Amino acid sequence: MAAAITLDHVSAGYNGALVLHDITLSIEPGERVAIMGRSGAGKSTLLNTIYRRYTHSVALIPQPSALVANLSVFHNVFMGCLDRHSTLYNLRTLVWPPAAEIAAVTQVLEAVGLEEKLFARAGELSGGQQQRTSVARAILNGRPVLVGDEPVSALDRVQAGEVLRILSARHETKIFALHDIRLALEHSDRIVLIEGGRIVLDEPCGQLSYQRLLPYFEGELQ
Amino acid sequence: MKRPGILPALTYRSATLIFLLVAFAAIPFADLGVSALHPGAEFGRLVGGILSPAFAAIEVRSVIWTVAFAVLGVALGGTAGLVLALVFDRFRTVRLVAASLRSVHELFWALFLMQITGLSATTGILAIALPYTGIFAKVFAEFFEEADRSAENVLPRDTSALSRFAFARLPVVGQQIKTYSLYRLECGMRSTLVLGFVGLPTIGFNLESYFKEGHYAEAAALLLCFYVLIGTRRLWARAATVPFLVIGSLLVLPETTGNSSTWRNLARFFGHDIIPAPLRNSRDGHTWSNFGEWAWRITAHQIGPGTVQTLILAQIALVAAGVLALLLYPMVARRFLGRFGHYLGRATLVITRSTPEYMLAYLLLQLMGPSMLPAIIALSLHNGAIIGYLLGRQADQLPLRADAPTGANLYFYGTTPVLYGQFLAYLLYRWELILRESAIFGILGLKTLGYYVDAAISELRIDTAALLLIGVALLSMCVDALSRNLRRRLRIETLPVRLSAEHRSNAARSAPYAGAPQAQQPVV
Repeated sequence: MAAAITLDHVSAGYNGALVLHDITLSIEPGERVAIMGRSGAGKSTLLNTIYRRYTHSVALIPQPSALVANLSVFHNVFMGCLDRHSTLYNLRTLVWPPAAEIAAVTQVLEAVGLEEKLFARAGELSGGQQQRTSVARAILNGRPVLVGDEPVSALDRVQAGEVLRILSARHETKIFALHDIRLALEHSDRIVLIEGGRIVLDEPCGQLSYQRLLPYFEGELQ
Repeated sequence: MKRPGILPALTYRSATLIFLLVAFAAIPFADLGVSALHPGAEFGRLVGGILSPAFAAIEVRSVIWTVAFAVLGVALGGTAGLVLALVFDRFRTVRLVAASLRSVHELFWALFLMQITGLSATTGILAIALPYTGIFAKVFAEFFEEADRSAENVLPRDTSALSRFAFARLPVVGQQIKTYSLYRLECGMRSTLVLGFVGLPTIGFNLESYFKEGHYAEAAALLLCFYVLIGTRRLWARAATVPFLVIGSLLVLPETTGNSSTWRNLARFFGHDIIPAPLRNSRDGHTWSNFGEWAWRITAHQIGPGTVQTLILAQIALVAAGVLALLLYPMVARRFLGRFGHYLGRATLVITRSTPEYMLAYLLLQLMGPSMLPAIIALSLHNGAIIGYLLGRQADQLPLRADAPTGANLYFYGTTPVLYGQFLAYLLYRWELILRESAIFGILGLKTLGYYVDAAISELRIDTAALLLIGVALLSMCVDALSRNLRRRLRIETLPVRLSAEHRSNAARSAPYAGAPQAQQPVV
């Protein structure tokens, strides 16, 4: 079976500075991969690289929630599927949302527990609610590979686990950047650790333990 | 990074000194006399008139048309400007068109348009819409450029351009666009009032004859009516009322007389009038040398001296406006005048800035007789009031320690040094506006560029007027570029400069002085 994501000796960076060095990574369809590492290690750059190379099969949850503050939660979630409808239909939905779209969006909002905020202005939401809106947008987008950059950082551990479970059920392949070791061990099949822009560890979760991963995060709060 | 060069580095102090020196050097060349025989007596009659306004004299029609022209002109300019703003950073041509449109004053546009559409509503609306298109295009493009793009970046790749715009761009800057457009309506009304002075049927038309005949009580009533309209703008001009305002304005427009000849005028204007005289149906071999001689004659005898006079007026008025702003800003600050005092000060400055400078210059010229002095007073009052108002508001927002000094000590050791970078940013931004207005004052008889434009148009030498206008446009673009350069070198280019940007600077109160190293520390 062809891999969902393949990076072959890839280097990348931004503003002229190289952040990723010689990354080789292959992710099979159906895998749940947690990308871990200290802040500044290159996790976001790696996820953005994957997104840019596989734009047409990736649903993205960016690190800042990236919502339009002046639009409702409904419209922000609907933005995940703008490419599936005609421009005319999109404009109509902006002014007068069709019942079918409201039902579809309500359904994904129920999954993240935000259905009562359907027509609230996104700018009025709390940080955690904004993050769940961003998650709902990715679910509605529905592309097979989910790339989430710290998708649950603003949620408590119980909520975070629940959201990760829902995302796992809706998307075929999952790639998350996570900073919480226990959460990563619990909700992924494989952990890829980055340090200084290089992969220093890439093993299935079954062979890993909290104690073994902890030294990589020395000095950071766990 | 150290910049190699002969010139010393530009600081707040050296920039101020240079502008002061230029202004003082210009004074001997400026005619500052008062030639009216009894200016005091006339001024007394003016004050008497203001104190007993004759409301019966208000011609409702001209008030309505003042608003209608402004509403339609701003709506048209705003719509066109929004369209241009979308492609502003993609096409150099669009940027050039926008820059040319806004570098020509609405009064000059009106004088030109009259050659084609006569004294009609079309002239009034287009004279506002054309320069405002240029202004809106630039300002909206800045809004889009500064807008948060994170939501747009996450959209599915195949989203159509229009859906992308409607969902992820317009909602992000919609509030800013709305606030700015509605604020512009206020400027539009000042502009349409002034258009009356060249013959269009707005308030200015009545005001001109009242001022000329010394009917100050009637003029005062009309002006009071104008101030009320401006003062209540937030009540009647809102997003929800815009459709009604536009439709209503369309319904009340004055009937156009002689509309049938518009196309013929248009053909004549572009086919004959605006073509330089030496190029019109000449078949001999000297066409281009004749053209060169024609262009040189106008440049040497009109553009040259006109530019010098325009700059003399602008530089003196700029410094006078700056001095006035520094003197006036405590008037609108609660910290200096207390609660009631600052309301009074604010009302005074809002009324002053609502007074169109062209009208003020016209009135002062009537009172004091022809010289540059009335123009300097008008320009410095208007611009000084705007800058003073903005500075005063900011002075109240500065974080102060609990045992900060008060009164004069606070002024000299606290607020003024901290706000000085912001003050220079405002003043340098208004430099180009003052220059444009200085050129226009030529229509009132001063020998600035507008004098030559007005003379050429009244002699129906449209080709000459067009060349002069290119000169005006180039001059104002040069000053605009120089102002930008100075603001960058003084590291004050990121500070807010627009009157309508007030709400934004309030929102970003936590870091209002980013980019101005001298101003970064709060008052301590």
